[in-house]
Amino acid sequence: MTTLPATPAATRTDRRLPALGGFAPAVQGIELRRMLRNRRTLAFTLIMPGVFFLIFGLPQGGQALDNGRPVTAYVMISLAVYAAMVATTSAGGAVATERALGWSRQLRLTPLRPTAYVATKLITAMTLGLLAVVVEFLVGAAAGVRIPVYVWLLSGLAAWLGSLVFAAFGLFIGYLVPAENVMQFIGPVLAVLAMFGGLFVPVEVLPDVLQHVATFTPVYGVGELSRAPLTGDGVSMAALANIAFWALVFGIGAVRLFRRDTARV
Amino acid sequence: MTSTHPAVELNGLTKTFGPVTAVDGLSLRVQPGEVVAFLGPNGAGKTTTIDMLLGLARPDAGTVRILGGTPDDAVARGRVAAVLQTGGLLKDLTVGETVRMTAHFYRHTRPAVEVLERAGITDIADRVVGRCSGGQQQRLRFALALLPDPDLMVLDEPTTGMDVEGRRDFWQALRRDARAGRTVIFATHYLDEADAYADRIVLVRQGRVVADGTTAEIKNLAAGRTVRATLPGADQAALAALPGVDAVEVRGDSVLVRTGDSDAVARHLLARTAARDVEITSRNLEDAFLALTTEHTGA
Repeated sequence: MTTLPATPAATRTDRRLPALGGFAPAVQGIELRRMLRNRRTLAFTLIMPGVFFLIFGLPQGGQALDNGRPVTAYVMISLAVYAAMVATTSAGGAVATERALGWSRQLRLTPLRPTAYVATKLITAMTLGLLAVVVEFLVGAAAGVRIPVYVWLLSGLAAWLGSLVFAAFGLFIGYLVPAENVMQFIGPVLAVLAMFGGLFVPVEVLPDVLQHVATFTPVYGVGELSRAPLTGDGVSMAALANIAFWALVFGIGAVRLFRRDTARV
Repeated sequence: MTSTHPAVELNGLTKTFGPVTAVDGLSLRVQPGEVVAFLGPNGAGKTTTIDMLLGLARPDAGTVRILGGTPDDAVARGRVAAVLQTGGLLKDLTVGETVRMTAHFYRHTRPAVEVLERAGITDIADRVVGRCSGGQQQRLRFALALLPDPDLMVLDEPTTGMDVEGRRDFWQALRRDARAGRTVIFATHYLDEADAYADRIVLVRQGRVVADGTTAEIKNLAAGRTVRATLPGADQAALAALPGVDAVEVRGDSVLVRTGDSDAVARHLLARTAARDVEITSRNLEDAFLALTTEHTGA
């Protein structure tokens, strides 16, 4: 047998491993475009929260909180938290669709490492979450909400970073159920959680028992933290513990299921 | 550099699923540049073998080497690429976006426009994947596999579910692309595909290799060839004594010899007898396939 000459491809093609396990910032652009092309995501994260503000927040114009700040700002920040959590859950939950379609299996035939894939999903989720907060705030500002700059910044930052908990939640669900339309049943779940988290009405107006229950639900802590700069109330240890607890539960859950998913059989 | 290692080296590969042994001590060595058909009926263990070959499944026993390294390393370096039955596509991306996105996962790839062209889908680059036909989606998978310009291309029943035209287009794309040095392994249960596109056929049944050789050798294995000649008063005993002869039949002035070595029979007839109108016919691959993959199955 004669040995074959080196193929042209062997000399042409760079066979080194990709940097960062195949993680590429350019993919983020395509991912974000995908999310924005999805009418459902667009409606629930960027349009609906803004419309809610105009319907439920605006009529309360002129009313003030105990510290004199406008009630409209309270509603706007709450809805920004809601918008961000729906955005990050959707983006994380997209993993379910991609697993159902078999795309994750296709990806295993590329150099892309699973951790790079999850990092891409997380960044896409957080980008969409930031966009959701910014849009809600723009609607609020355009409709006349006036609050100090530091409140805009701190509340916005808390709403955005808090939504990381829900990016983890989305990934957790995404690795739990391989379903193409996972958001159809997570959407209502998020709405109920938002209710308990005081995003649609203040928790204080709920019956006593529900108020107590509410403090243990996953949106409560993020809601409290995001509104604290506005209300001037201190952030309770309960709220911080709530955030830490759910971040851990969803984070560890997502990591465990992710490991199970990428293990070979 | 790469030519010193076999493209694929499978040793005693075994995989069981509960009570079912899908792959049963399968060994195979493929040299660089070979185009090998992995042929067998459904359930023969082809897909399981390919999954292990690509590192998608872990063998219960046995080893896999691709181009001298592990499957994972070959995948990560873009040295092996595959078109699988199960690999899904994102319906909401366009064909072009899918190719560009996948290209970002590699260190270096062929240009997107080039692979689209080679896979014959340039004209549908802007079409959303969800609106592409099965054949178009399969050619998109092929385009994705071409991106890293792999040394080894693995295809698992790439034309399943395609109509005749789709199958022809797909194989045309594969042939257009074929270049010296690229090793191709494809699983199929279409005999004509194995016959038309492979240099070598590996027949598998119940997780084992039951035959391995060139297309001609495989055809010979099961049925050999039939040599027919006009030879009045043929000496049946002399013909039957030739090496490789299975049966001799005389029909009037004609003689029919079934043999595994048709050359020897023809040479004998022409050189030592008054035979004329010598005709050699080959059994087709289907006969070989049926004989090798169905015998003993009742036992």
